[in-house]
Amino acid sequence: MSDHIVIVAERKGTTLRRVTLEAITAAITLLHGQSGTIHAFLSGSDNDNSLISSANELLQYGVHEVHIAKHAHFEPYQATVVLPALTDVIRELQPKYVVIGHTSHGRELAPRLAAALHSGYIADVTTIESSADKASFVRPIYAGKAFERRHFQGVAPYVLSIRPNNNAPAILVEPVEITNPDEHIHQVNCEGIQLSSIVQHVVKRINEEIDLTEAEIIVAGGRGVRGPEGFAILKQLADELGGAVGASRAACDAGYCDYALQIGQTGKVVTPKLYIACGISGAIQHLAGMSQSRTIVAINKDREAPIFSIADYGIVGDLFEVVPLLTTQLREIRQ
Amino acid sequence: MFKIVVLLKQTFDTEEKIHIVNGAVNEEGAKFIINPYDEYALEEALRIKEQHDAEIIVISVGPERSTHALRSALAVGADQAILIADHTNLSHSSSIAHLLAATIRPMKVDLILAGLFAVDSGSGSVALQVAELLQLPHASAAIKIQLGHAKELHIEESPWDGNLARIERDVEGDTETVLLPLPALITAQQGLNDPRYPSLPGIMKAKKKPLTELFSSDLLLSDALERIAASATSCDQVLSPNARPPGQFITGTAQEQASSLLEQLLERSIIQKGGDS
Repeated sequence: MSDHIVIVAERKGTTLRRVTLEAITAAITLLHGQSGTIHAFLSGSDNDNSLISSANELLQYGVHEVHIAKHAHFEPYQATVVLPALTDVIRELQPKYVVIGHTSHGRELAPRLAAALHSGYIADVTTIESSADKASFVRPIYAGKAFERRHFQGVAPYVLSIRPNNNAPAILVEPVEITNPDEHIHQVNCEGIQLSSIVQHVVKRINEEIDLTEAEIIVAGGRGVRGPEGFAILKQLADELGGAVGASRAACDAGYCDYALQIGQTGKVVTPKLYIACGISGAIQHLAGMSQSRTIVAINKDREAPIFSIADYGIVGDLFEVVPLLTTQLREIRQ
Repeated sequence: MFKIVVLLKQTFDTEEKIHIVNGAVNEEGAKFIINPYDEYALEEALRIKEQHDAEIIVISVGPERSTHALRSALAVGADQAILIADHTNLSHSSSIAHLLAATIRPMKVDLILAGLFAVDSGSGSVALQVAELLQLPHASAAIKIQLGHAKELHIEESPWDGNLARIERDVEGDTETVLLPLPALITAQQGLNDPRYPSLPGIMKAKKKPLTELFSSDLLLSDALERIAASATSCDQVLSPNARPPGQFITGTAQEQASSLLEQLLERSIIQKGGDS
């Protein structure tokens, strides 16, 4: 039996997002060593020449065929505008699975695609358990206070979105294997695309290079940070670590930072390799959003703060003292 | 006058601890609330009503206890409520979306408002499936909503006649301003507004407002049932998160704490000496 799998590729600027490489890994897991092929759907503006190099890159990471959909309306990205082109590709290929990143874009695209195809949808998958005859999918519920294991019961194609940072990114296969990339890159017919909404403008609210949900390291602040200035020292540490800054709801409510940074049951749910919680007491809603982080460091003055109950490393101390020391010591080590 | 539908889900209180008994979440004695994101959607509908005049219909798919959430919505100012009583398929998002779409389709609404996602299931999929089934444009994660004709919104050229929605939405930290024609579906993100509490007179008035109960068997035709079956997913098991091993406190002066922490993180390769982690 051979099954196709389609992944929806996502880029930030002209660079493939890490979650797209993780989607390739998910596809490889789902193929389970069988003879299926991995297809990627890649969309962008009609005058964007970098799409071809992204397509070539996808081929080098183990994708077999890339379907490029180009249209003046596809940039800035809008799920409803791209959807018909993707739906056409899926209808033609009849894959067993469609894998999409559970990102801002993917969260919009996946459910609409599933409804358009009358397909099942399992969202925000953290673990794929796949054997030759069955695949099941583990995903968090109650913002990580519990997990559920689900499987598709209906008719393929099956749509799933994967949570960033939970699959290893795909690794480069030998570039020499691709003798003629053009044979593996196809243009999708995008005639008759309708504009159902218009992006008037985009304003950058936070100056973060790294998206919180994809960050490997997060330095987060709570009410203990005491003000917007306090976040500056967290940012310095985050920059030194190549990570992103996050916040608890208390810090956002107090106006210390933008809600875009909020981590918790409401807000973003994150799974970084390292989470450094500074001046965060650890309300249950916050813990729900970050307790799946692989290593947790808590810095807090109050030894009784609930955050310490889930921390791997606890520092009872003043974050205004400890955090700058971490930054300078790290800088020294790296020099 | 705008006709607005608000999709409402009753969820576990976010402060509740989750107890898993025999592979399922134990609901006994748990406190239920309106899904916080749906509260933003409801509040926005109320503000639109205050500004433009509107009729607000709140709809929930769920067990009987969901009437409490609907009564609360009526108490803050919604005009009527509909409970689609369903006890069986509550974790099947496509089934819920079909029920909602079948209920909303004949209503000829201008706007559907919903929460970005529900804090219990966390999929964020029902509302957007409803939009797809009803063939409506959508904007998700709204942090500001304005409605009106192009002129009222000071838009010089619009490809659409009639009422428009101008949305500011949160896209991974950036704010995107999107214009779309009504009817449309919009999901609410935190920061859109501050939901109000019901007042005593509001609660008294709510008792006289219509709360209709519909049944899934009346709403779904055979083609919808086929589509729901084709899109079924099923939960095999609910699991507790892996228990974390006990952590350790790092003692000493701030200087010592910092260096000891970095040492351990380096030793365990959680951070690296050179360059980015």
